Amino acid sequence: MKPANILKALLYAVGLPAVLVLIWWAATLGAKNFFVPTPGTLLSTFAETWFGERIVSDVLPSLGRLVVGVVAAIVLGIVAGLLIGSVKWLRALTEPVLEFFRAVPPPVLVPVLMLLMGITDSMKVVVIISGCIWPVLLNTIEGVRAIDPVLSDSSHTYGITGAARVRYLVLPSAGPQIMAGVRQCLSIGLILMVISEMFASSSGLGFTIVQFQRSFAIPEMWSGIVILGLIGVAMSFIFQFTERRILRWYHGLREVENAV
Amino acid sequence: MQSETTDKTTMPAGSPAPAGRTLPEGQAMLSVRNLKKVYQTDGGPIEAVRNLTFDLRAGELACLVGPSGSGKTTLLKCISGLMAPTEGQVLLDGAVVSGPPKKMAVVFQEYGRSLFPWMRVRENVELPLKNQGVPKAERDKLVDEALEAVGLSHVPMSYPWQLSGGMQQRVAIARAVAYQPEVLLMDEPFAAVDAQTRADLEDLIRTVWKKLGVTVLFVTHDIDESVYLGQRVIILSSSPTVIQEDLVIDLPEERDQLNTRALPRFTELRHHVYEQIQLAKQGHRPAAAH
Repeated sequence: MKPANILKALLYAVGLPAVLVLIWWAATLGAKNFFVPTPGTLLSTFAETWFGERIVSDVLPSLGRLVVGVVAAIVLGIVAGLLIGSVKWLRALTEPVLEFFRAVPPPVLVPVLMLLMGITDSMKVVVIISGCIWPVLLNTIEGVRAIDPVLSDSSHTYGITGAARVRYLVLPSAGPQIMAGVRQCLSIGLILMVISEMFASSSGLGFTIVQFQRSFAIPEMWSGIVILGLIGVAMSFIFQFTERRILRWYHGLREVENAV
Repeated sequence: MQSETTDKTTMPAGSPAPAGRTLPEGQAMLSVRNLKKVYQTDGGPIEAVRNLTFDLRAGELACLVGPSGSGKTTLLKCISGLMAPTEGQVLLDGAVVSGPPKKMAVVFQEYGRSLFPWMRVRENVELPLKNQGVPKAERDKLVDEALEAVGLSHVPMSYPWQLSGGMQQRVAIARAVAYQPEVLLMDEPFAAVDAQTRADLEDLIRTVWKKLGVTVLFVTHDIDESVYLGQRVIILSSSPTVIQEDLVIDLPEERDQLNTRALPRFTELRHHVYEQIQLAKQGHRPAAAH
């Protein structure tokens, strides 16, 4: 990319956020609303609140649980999806049950899991997994089912079966679908991370934000919301970067198809 | 059925006479014996292939033509072990085919759907060898030779979808060649490429076949192509399929697009195959298959 283009891309990326902050700044200029801090206050509160021991006591543990939960959900979802997608009778057997569990909103599981597992890290991780696994699982099943029969025959005639078939045919072929599931899984994961910490917890981002709310530490509360947004943006960037590397072939293929 | 008792006394009673040529036991590379395929559908059974028997000797190039819907693809799937026949059997070098055999490679019509779009050209050609555990050095040599043979040594790092249709089919052919099969099955491989590319690819198949001494069964619906390519043309009837005729193509071994196609004998053969296909379409069946 030429330097001029990089500059242009950068301007586009920060343009709207800058405008929004400007509007916010102008709107809070004269008014003294207790519930809405000015950008300046928020910035200083943000630094005070989060660049201290809270990183270690709240932010990192929350992020850790999020990462463990999301990774576990992705791995479990893909493995189970490969199995269910490949075995016809297993699909017939599990489909109604999967529909049922998928329909249960994961936040309602929090009190139940708390009773069963106690207020532990594993309980929070299980809450995250219980919500994140569905998009990955269902997308993997669909992706496995949608393998091109000609490609499948082709691999079969060359003796590509068993584990080699999964590695060279099934996984890459279902890749685009799986990645679509992973994308949904990430945003669900962030939501559930916060929710799992809002009930009877003593640390974590969700707990801290609720705590600030209850003690009327309004700028601090807002700064917590900002940090959640930033985590979401970071996750989205990591996802896009990874997706572009894994599915380079897919985007290229789509471009060629669209050009015809 | 009455005619059977007079001249086909060796046939088991009750089964229609095979029109395809057979070889004495132990001499055939590929044998198809009384092959029958009936699909069970919701609307009742559909008999796609009724009874096919023929042999291919090692190193032979035979073309299989038939009207559309004559069960060509069904037959090929049975031969390649992708589908089990309802009755009869396929033997490769004397062994019954029950799944895709190691000594066989298949080139499909849909080149765009038979190559792995997530692998580069070289990786596509290499994969079957890698999967068989062929050592790296030998693999590299085979892949290089195969890409060279199909004229694609300049694009090993491209993805298949970056290439034209004809080039993609060349990659599929290279993959089959590198696999070193004893039998190469081709299912209407050039039906989806343009006419000029098609002529080039036909000559490529003749060249590869001569160089490797591989047995080739080439399925096509194109009459000219079958006569131009084959040493022998097996004509199928309309469904339920039997063999309409098994014809020897007595054209010179050296063939080229201009001169061979201008030979009077080419025209005669083409004419003959065309007539047979027309008869097949009208529902005419060889005497023994009613």
